[in-house]
Amino acid sequence: MMSYEIDPKGVTLTPEQVRSRRLRNIAIGLVVGALVALFYAVTIVKLGPGVMKPPI
Amino acid sequence: MSDLAARSGTLHSAASAGAEPRDYWLILKPRVMSLVVFTGLVGLLLAPVHLHPLQAVIAVLCIAIGSGAAGALNMWYERDIDALMTRTRDRPLPAGRMAPGEALGFGATLAVGAVLMMGLALNWTAAVLLAAAILFYVFVYTIGLKRRTPQNIVIGGAAGAFPPLIGWAAATGTVGWLPLILFALIFFWTPPHFWSLALYRADDYEKAGIPMLPVVAGARATRIQILLYTVLLWPIALAPLLIGAAGWIYGVAAFALNLAFTGLAARLLIERGDGAARVMFKFSLLYLFLSFAFLVIDRALA
Repeated sequence: MMSYEIDPKGVTLTPEQVRSRRLRNIAIGLVVGALVALFYAVTIVKLGPGVMKPPI
Repeated sequence: MSDLAARSGTLHSAASAGAEPRDYWLILKPRVMSLVVFTGLVGLLLAPVHLHPLQAVIAVLCIAIGSGAAGALNMWYERDIDALMTRTRDRPLPAGRMAPGEALGFGATLAVGAVLMMGLALNWTAAVLLAAAILFYVFVYTIGLKRRTPQNIVIGGAAGAFPPLIGWAAATGTVGWLPLILFALIFFWTPPHFWSLALYRADDYEKAGIPMLPVVAGARATRIQILLYTVLLWPIALAPLLIGAAGWIYGVAAFALNLAFTGLAARLLIERGDGAARVMFKFSLLYLFLSFAFLVIDRALA
């Protein structure tokens, strides 16, 4: 194993690392948003017409 | 994750910027996924049950994600041999753009997510079949067989043969004769498909120590095996006609496709050089695509 000096300011990302992290964040955001929409839609489809007539 | 990776000094080179979304897309093996999605969709379309369009979309999505998950887990496990082969050394893991743990976590999460979504949105028969396909590809093919035996892709081919069964089960909740025939069609198609590729990539496989048939048994034995499998495909390709699941349109197409496939395999036996093997590999893709497409066309026009 190699030894490392600990930088008290923490890890400093290079501009390329910042860029790829931003791209990853955007991608995760889009995927999570799409899943929310998909799960909402499939819930409605699975419930079918019954969703309009809840049992009392 | 990439910060940790950079600090560990073993996963990324200092210059690496970490994985981009494109790299996550690439480890899903999108080209394999496209054929998996297509054969799964055909299984779904041929089923006698009509699904709500959204459920059909989700079924295909789960098959796609499951296939991608299996691809990612395969790339995680094979990163050492991928680094040795020209064809695969630019993949995100051997190229150092992605840490192994990222691929493992990504693949495992997608696999569990796809199976759960299939079970909850469609049915648990399809979910169990999807799980079986992923587990078979990762544990039986990738970890168990690939580095040990030249029969790796023969037995492992079962993993790739699952999609029509999964698609059919997503619609019906059961398994029928037609999807089982399609399973057999992909299963017996896989060896001539992969061995054609292995014929002109034998050096790569040898360098990586993978016992593909051309490396272990030589080119001539491989060419004979390819021809034998194309002959075996005849009764399977014509079986949908015998059980009454397809008509003359599919029958004519299947006859012509098998004639061409067997013909190219025979030519491969006679001609030396890589050219015939490359043609065989390309045609094998077209063969499977058209065989499945004509089943749907036949059904639509009948």
